[in-house]
Amino acid sequence: MSVPMIELTGVHKGFGPKKVLQGIDLTVQHGESMVIIGGSGTGKSVMLKCILGLLKADKGSIKVNGEEVTTMGRSDRKQVLSKFGMLFQGAALFDSLPVWENVAFGLIQGKGMSKKEAHEIALEKLRRVGLTPDVGDLSPAELSGGMQKRVGLARAIATEPEIIFFDEPTTGLDPIMADVINDLIVECVKDLGATTLSITHDMASARKIADRIAMLYHGEIIWEGAKDEIDHSGNEYVDQFIHGRAQGPIQMEVLKL
Amino acid sequence: MTNPLAIIGRVFLSALAEIGRLSAFAAEAISHIVRPPIYWRLIAQQMWLIGYNSLPVVGMTALFTGAALAQQIYVGGSRFNAESVVPGVVVIAIVRELGPVLGGLMVAGRVSSAMAAELGTMRVTEQIDALVTLSTDPFKYLIAPRLIAAVLTLPMLVIIANIIGVLGGYIIGTGKLGLNEATYLQVTSDFLEQSDVISSLVKAAVFGFFVALMGSYHGYNSRGGAQGVGKATTNAVVSAFIAILMSNLIITVIVFGAD
Repeated sequence: MSVPMIELTGVHKGFGPKKVLQGIDLTVQHGESMVIIGGSGTGKSVMLKCILGLLKADKGSIKVNGEEVTTMGRSDRKQVLSKFGMLFQGAALFDSLPVWENVAFGLIQGKGMSKKEAHEIALEKLRRVGLTPDVGDLSPAELSGGMQKRVGLARAIATEPEIIFFDEPTTGLDPIMADVINDLIVECVKDLGATTLSITHDMASARKIADRIAMLYHGEIIWEGAKDEIDHSGNEYVDQFIHGRAQGPIQMEVLKL
Repeated sequence: MTNPLAIIGRVFLSALAEIGRLSAFAAEAISHIVRPPIYWRLIAQQMWLIGYNSLPVVGMTALFTGAALAQQIYVGGSRFNAESVVPGVVVIAIVRELGPVLGGLMVAGRVSSAMAAELGTMRVTEQIDALVTLSTDPFKYLIAPRLIAAVLTLPMLVIIANIIGVLGGYIIGTGKLGLNEATYLQVTSDFLEQSDVISSLVKAAVFGFFVALMGSYHGYNSRGGAQGVGKATTNAVVSAFIAILMSNLIITVIVFGAD
């Protein structure tokens, strides 16, 4: 069997007394689309940030394409990061740059491409996500939430990365725009043949973009399986979550009061 | 009841920890200043924002301070029939102390806060994380250009502030107090020494470093949304003020302490 693209073993991360990740074990194979579901505050974003090195895991192993990243030096890590693209929850576009330069940023700064060449590619990527070239000259602040997400997606795929992370890709969007973004994600990932790891609590989105789904609860993966298996998981936590029921084993903080 | 010694100990340890974090941040930033790539376009952009846009406030401060200083020295000096010291004291006070210190404080108020607000907003909206995922080091792209620009720009601003400050004294001295114009300029030139100008520029460069360092440090490490950014902005200005005043004393003692 080939080396997994992403492999987490026993990953722990805490902030002071608060233990956020408590032994995550997760494997994502080459070309696979893995979606992590789970409620707010269960550690989904922290897990992504640990893989990217934005946060340092307290314990455990994180391998990207077989390479251990937790002990890597600065230059090796930069090399590994060049394999990644990421769509952030709030798009995280740079306010100080026009849209096209946001999309071209990784090409110009990361790959040292000329501005002229990067501009051409940026406009092509914008077209790929359904935006016209004139959008390229606008400032991110002039765009709607849906357009910002599309620009964020164009930026994530601009360098044609091997791995793409999607952090709550449909949060804050209306259902139709959410479905448009889901379709774009599926198409773009298929075009690139990239491995993807997405985190969401939107089940419609998870069903659309996932090959496999894992559920994170209290800092641990409590269930993992193929997308089609989730309706028959036999796990009462998963059942409660996917049906959005207030009653069940998952007790929200508000209910404890 | 809490032991007061324990409280003092905690505050002391927390202050030491903060100084340690700030020093590590400064060392990391400086290491990026001396290693390529250098973002010249961003440095030029920051020099424009820090320097050109601060000119009005720094110029006005220097002009009015120089003028008020001349008036005060004239009143004080007249008690000993020493009105003629006005040009000499004005130029020494402006070049050695008031030009760099007031210029530094004005720029700190304007620039440290703006840097902290901008970087803090970038932090809480995940733009800094986005930079990392795009293979760009935030220290190199965001912090180093600000530090370089501030260290280069503050001395230029202070030269202008010094000239305008002396001009303020000249306007009041010759226009209102009746001092001779040619004599005023001659005494100003005679009193001013090379070491005064050099110390003024060294102070300005050091103040520039602290202005950018405090703005960057507090902005880069801000947490917790809009409230966190607001807190970072306040902390940046307060800590830049303290750093400027402390470093001013240290440089003054080193340069002029042996006189």
